[in-house]
Amino acid sequence: MPVPKVVYVPIAQHIGIPSEIIVDRKDKVVIGQVIAKSGGFVSSNIHSPVAGTVTKLDMIVDSSGYKKQCIVIRTDQKNESNFEVPDFPLKIEITLSQEDILQHITDYGIVGLGGATFPSHVKLNLKNDGHVDCLIINGVECEPYLTADHRLMLEKAEEIIVGIQILMHALHIEKAIIGIENNKKDAISVLKEATEIDSRIKVAALRVKYPQGSEKQLIRAILKREVPKGGLPMDVGVIVHNVGTIFAIYQAVQHNQPLIERVVTVTGKRLENPSNFWVKIGTPIKDLVEEVGGIPEGTRKIVNGGPMMGKAIKNTDVPITKGTSGILVISEEEASRKEPKNCIRCSQCVFVCPMGLEPHLLMNLSEKGLYERARNEDIMTCIECGSCSYVCPSHRPLLDYIRFGKSIVKKLETSKN
Amino acid sequence: MIASVLSSAILLSSIGTVSAVVLFVVSKKFNVFEDPKILEVEDILPAANCAGCGSPGCKAFAEKLVNTDDISDLFCPVGGNDVMKQVAEILGKEVAEKDPTVAVLRCQGGCDVRPKTTEYQGPRSCAISAMVYGGETDCQYGCLGDGDCVSVCKFDAMYMDESTGLPVIITDKCTSCGACVDACPRDIIEMRPRNKRDLKIFVGCLNEDKGGIAKRACEVACIGCSKCEDICPKDAIEMANNLAYIDPELCTLCRKCVEVCPTHSIIETNFPVKKVKMPKETPKVKATATPTKPNTNA
Repeated sequence: MPVPKVVYVPIAQHIGIPSEIIVDRKDKVVIGQVIAKSGGFVSSNIHSPVAGTVTKLDMIVDSSGYKKQCIVIRTDQKNESNFEVPDFPLKIEITLSQEDILQHITDYGIVGLGGATFPSHVKLNLKNDGHVDCLIINGVECEPYLTADHRLMLEKAEEIIVGIQILMHALHIEKAIIGIENNKKDAISVLKEATEIDSRIKVAALRVKYPQGSEKQLIRAILKREVPKGGLPMDVGVIVHNVGTIFAIYQAVQHNQPLIERVVTVTGKRLENPSNFWVKIGTPIKDLVEEVGGIPEGTRKIVNGGPMMGKAIKNTDVPITKGTSGILVISEEEASRKEPKNCIRCSQCVFVCPMGLEPHLLMNLSEKGLYERARNEDIMTCIECGSCSYVCPSHRPLLDYIRFGKSIVKKLETSKN
Repeated sequence: MIASVLSSAILLSSIGTVSAVVLFVVSKKFNVFEDPKILEVEDILPAANCAGCGSPGCKAFAEKLVNTDDISDLFCPVGGNDVMKQVAEILGKEVAEKDPTVAVLRCQGGCDVRPKTTEYQGPRSCAISAMVYGGETDCQYGCLGDGDCVSVCKFDAMYMDESTGLPVIITDKCTSCGACVDACPRDIIEMRPRNKRDLKIFVGCLNEDKGGIAKRACEVACIGCSKCEDICPKDAIEMANNLAYIDPELCTLCRKCVEVCPTHSIIETNFPVKKVKMPKETPKVKATATPTKPNTNA
């Protein structure tokens, strides 16, 4: 993917507090320079993905559908960067101490690349009292259609293994399992081969299903451990990281490269050549779509993310952020939602719910404004996978209402505290 | 024969007497004392149970009025000053007099002036679509048009205008209970003083974008040009975030700002037609219009 002419770097690319901008208009920046500083503990640094000039600090519609503060950088042709070598040779020995590793991860703006964009240093900053015994590497594609993680595992298997070793070293964990779904036979064999150098790392082949890319489901599938409701994977002695994050950690620790690019899947039934790209953070989606041959005729919507949890974007100026794992170009016949009918009590939604909830009930409760009861029915444990809305034969907007109910319950709980 | 009639009559009357005594004793013993004033006050209150006063219903509000010493903060917006005066007489307490207010819609971005750029297929509810994105148009501050305000209005004072896609407030029916203000995720609805003959002047836009962007998204957007601020003789207009706001306390309804506004984003209601050219937009808030049955069940 060629370097885009202009990048729009949003300052809120992670969960938590938005970063603080530390550059000004007309400033010259180089690749890897910090342009926005972490705004708190649950926050992250943002680095310039390109070399060039900051043209303005503007409000741009991002994937949330609202205008957010962005740093607009016009690239120049020099491509100056502040890290050593541009074409990183594989570097296996881990030379840094634990503290330095964590410091690198914090400084170089690593966030969870599975999609939730949770700042990684927060996850790693635990005092390990021997309680956490297993590191799980999420090689399960979080949603159908996406192949970004798959591609990364095929091409960067050795780097990923080094990345895992770095984390095991930093966290004193002696066991790591890479979870990959059965339909990616090639990735499984490549990684099995690569793990031969380290007996502590295993590859687990998993049944293909959705949702499995989320932490709780993955832990259940691999270790048969159940994360308690409202709890974290740490409570059952596990830490989960996505393969993308592992690769970013490898780059940050071994090559001092901040998180400025990521793999993005661009796909859709009607696209001429759907592909995966290494994309600079901040590249407008229209550049990516042009790269695969432009928007095909009869396109209804373009989705940022996967088909289940992704969000349709308003226009193609929306930039790629650290959390964008895929761009989906969806045609007319796949896109439209059907008219919702009455609930026929078929309980399909109850069967598919991976968290064991009753989606039909939660939808009714939040539609009628009975938020207290919805909270008692564990609405907050919903992981918003969208399976219920997908299977509903009456096309009821289950997830829409549950998500709304969740936001109200969250508000009620924060106002209580 | 007579004996059987007599015996059953005596039996029944004795049962009646015993139960009467039991009921009397129980009612005296377990009597819950309720201040008779509560009932009296409740009778005066409008019985709309709209919760506009902050209490969950008229009964609860009556209890609050009777049990609180200083009721000058409490106000029934539906009953207004008349009802509050009567309450004050019964309770012998002081009440504050408030100017009657009415809800106004601070957005005129109908379908004709604010072009739609995206399509939304989810549930028709403002609260849900506001969570998803900035709205079907390029203006992320204006009305979403899904009618949450209309569905919460208990007084039938609002309906959706199908031609513009915006809600309309029937000023005569509006009791200023504030339910629509709370329901609107965009805070477009504002309570403003009713004034004499329901004359009002307010800025019908909340778009905080820069002038050009705002104007491209909506023809009648406030572009923050400050012309109204300059011409206002009473300094009632304040500019903030590329947006003008008219302070109802200071505004003397001179209508000078309405004439200078280049985008006609300042709305005047119920003024007699001036000889000079009227602004293009007819006021969205019609005081006298009795609407046909609202046909949207949003």
